Amino acid sequence: MPTRRQLILGAAAVVATAAGTLALGAWRSRRNPPQTDASPLPLALTEMDWRLTSQRGVPVGPGDWIGRPALVFFGFTWCPDVCPTTLINISDWLEELGEDAEALTIALITVDPERDSPEVLADYVSLFDARITGLTGTPDEIARTAAAFRVRYEKMPREDGDYTMNHTAGVFLFRPDGRFAGIIDFHEDPAFAIPKIRRILT
Amino acid sequence: MKYLLAALAVSMTASAASAQSCPSWQSGDLTLTNAWSRATIGPARPAVFYVEIANAGSVDDSLTAISTPLAEMPMLHETVVTDGVATMPHVSDIPVPAGSTVSLAPGGFHGMLMGLTAALAEGESFPMTLIFERSGEVTIDVGIAAYAARGPACQPDDS
Ligand SMILES: [Cu+2]
Repeated sequence: MPTRRQLILGAAAVVATAAGTLALGAWRSRRNPPQTDASPLPLALTEMDWRLTSQRGVPVGPGDWIGRPALVFFGFTWCPDVCPTTLINISDWLEELGEDAEALTIALITVDPERDSPEVLADYVSLFDARITGLTGTPDEIARTAAAFRVRYEKMPREDGDYTMNHTAGVFLFRPDGRFAGIIDFHEDPAFAIPKIRRILT
Repeated sequence: MKYLLAALAVSMTASAASAQSCPSWQSGDLTLTNAWSRATIGPARPAVFYVEIANAGSVDDSLTAISTPLAEMPMLHETVVTDGVATMPHVSDIPVPAGSTVSLAPGGFHGMLMGLTAALAEGESFPMTLIFERSGEVTIDVGIAAYAARGPACQPDDS
């Protein structure tokens, strides 16, 4: 059983190979106490170097987001529970922020580029909120992007030949100058989400 | 005046229809309610199943399996976040302790319906059989809410 630090250091390898079960044992039990020594933080947008394609077929890079505060999260459209929940949470935050939300860039980056083409992403994000941009790319481009955000993801094959994806589930916050400003965790109390977003809006 | 009354009658009817309370089902000491799912884009993507189970008895029970004609591979899952990474491990059973209520709800326990025989369409419903260790089988009707629904389309029973 590798230590957790080894798992984190091994994340790049997991990303590259999408090999089955490395970290499953550590992830399996929800009865583990919450971990406090967090994973490495995302780079500033100004330090990132990646290029993806939006659901409208437009190329997007981290430089395009400088000048506006940004909410960025990773997911995939075959995801039945976590991703709709995150998207619904974001819709709720946008509603609560009202006009202030117009300043935000909001992006969903897929961890499943095999299935999530720009067309698939377009159909999907339109079900939630038109202000959300869906981004995809080649598997290499996605791996490169995830590495910049320190995001981990992994393909989990199922018995029937299909697969699902494990992935980092929080929403990343960036200031208009591109500095990383925090994460809204998946199970975070909604009462904390709005103040966190307001901090990057000012 | 006549017009106003007519409009009022229509709006009352409409709100009564949209606020129809969620049905519930009994099996021994168990009460099941607030059963719902989300519409799916086509039949290839997995669907979810959520429900609330109350155990009014004095004996612990547990949900051990689900089955529906709508899915070839229905499973019990739990969404777990560890070190920020979300996974959905299969759970062999979901405990329903005596005197408590357990929710299959977004971000936690859920039924995962894979190998769909048809896409799930908003406004329709499908049968779901839940198999309990002590209380046996109970078949309920699951309403399909919108793709981006936060909860059931019926009025949840908050008691
Ligand atoms: Cu699942």
